[in-house]
Amino acid sequence: MEPIKANAAFLCNYEVMQILQQLKDKTQKKNKRVESLATVTYETVHYLQDTECKNQSAESIQNFLEAMKIFKLTKAEKLMMVNTPPRTELEIQLIVQESEERLSEEDVQKIIDISNNYFPPT
Amino acid sequence: MFVLAEMKDVIRVTPEHFHQSLTESITILLNRKLANKVVLNVGLCIALFDITHIGHSYIFPGDGSSHTEVKFRYIVFRPLVEEILIGKIRSCSREGVHVTMGFFDDILIPVNALQHPSRFDETDQAWVWEYPKEDGEKHDLFMDSGESIRFRVTSEMFEESLPSGPPGSERPVQNIAPYRILGGINEPGLGLLTWWETPDQGDEENDDDEHDNDD
Repeated sequence: MEPIKANAAFLCNYEVMQILQQLKDKTQKKNKRVESLATVTYETVHYLQDTECKNQSAESIQNFLEAMKIFKLTKAEKLMMVNTPPRTELEIQLIVQESEERLSEEDVQKIIDISNNYFPPT
Repeated sequence: MFVLAEMKDVIRVTPEHFHQSLTESITILLNRKLANKVVLNVGLCIALFDITHIGHSYIFPGDGSSHTEVKFRYIVFRPLVEEILIGKIRSCSREGVHVTMGFFDDILIPVNALQHPSRFDETDQAWVWEYPKEDGEKHDLFMDSGESIRFRVTSEMFEESLPSGPPGSERPVQNIAPYRILGGINEPGLGLLTWWETPDQGDEENDDDEHDNDD
């Protein structure tokens, strides 16, 4: 076993949730269970169920990212915003490095509005 | 938090599984081999994403199994350093606060990365953030097990684990976690989620939580 590329692509929580849930249905039907896979799938789905991704959809994430294009944010920063949509200025300061220099107060408010719009808080 | 890792491996399919399709056998064998395991410098493997390449299968003298080189992509838990994650407090000890994601437990927030000033409460076995109030007094914020906590990943460590000795040998079993994450909560906005909830956002439910903390 040999890794070729340890980080070939990022996955957001929603994507992982989708894949694991399909996997769960498939393995239950076919009755071909791999124990360690069943354990880790169960635990991961259990964790993800309590996160915002259960209310997201492929469409809402796409629209969110489209709306975020006007800000110069890195891929990792946007990924974090999809996984944990920021609701307060404080959260944006944590996610975005040197946010005070890179984002104006208006930008910060816009980002909060965008995430509340596409990922309404529950 | 999750990434795709590209890997390659030679898969040995034993003859009793020849009635299955090769892809099916490969999927089962890769998941059996990797799911819920840590690969050095890759991360914690969760599940097979897809198979990108299946090479020719070979049968070697003296072994009826087929050997196939495959390239595949696997879903892996490997948070970026500096990433903000939300977990749950598993326990507190003198070393710091142990955090779990549910599927991954080896996360430690060391003492020097807690909010300042913090003290360890021996009777409750919990860390307490002594939040200074305006009037010079301090407000004790307890970090109890089971609470949700937001933290920043500060570093990661991979440890190569050695194979355990033959059964019955007296060698002590080494129990080092193969993949450990160190986190920090010494920034505004980090720590228990209830610490930073604004009153207008959370309504009544959170008020109850705040009263608990006051006790």
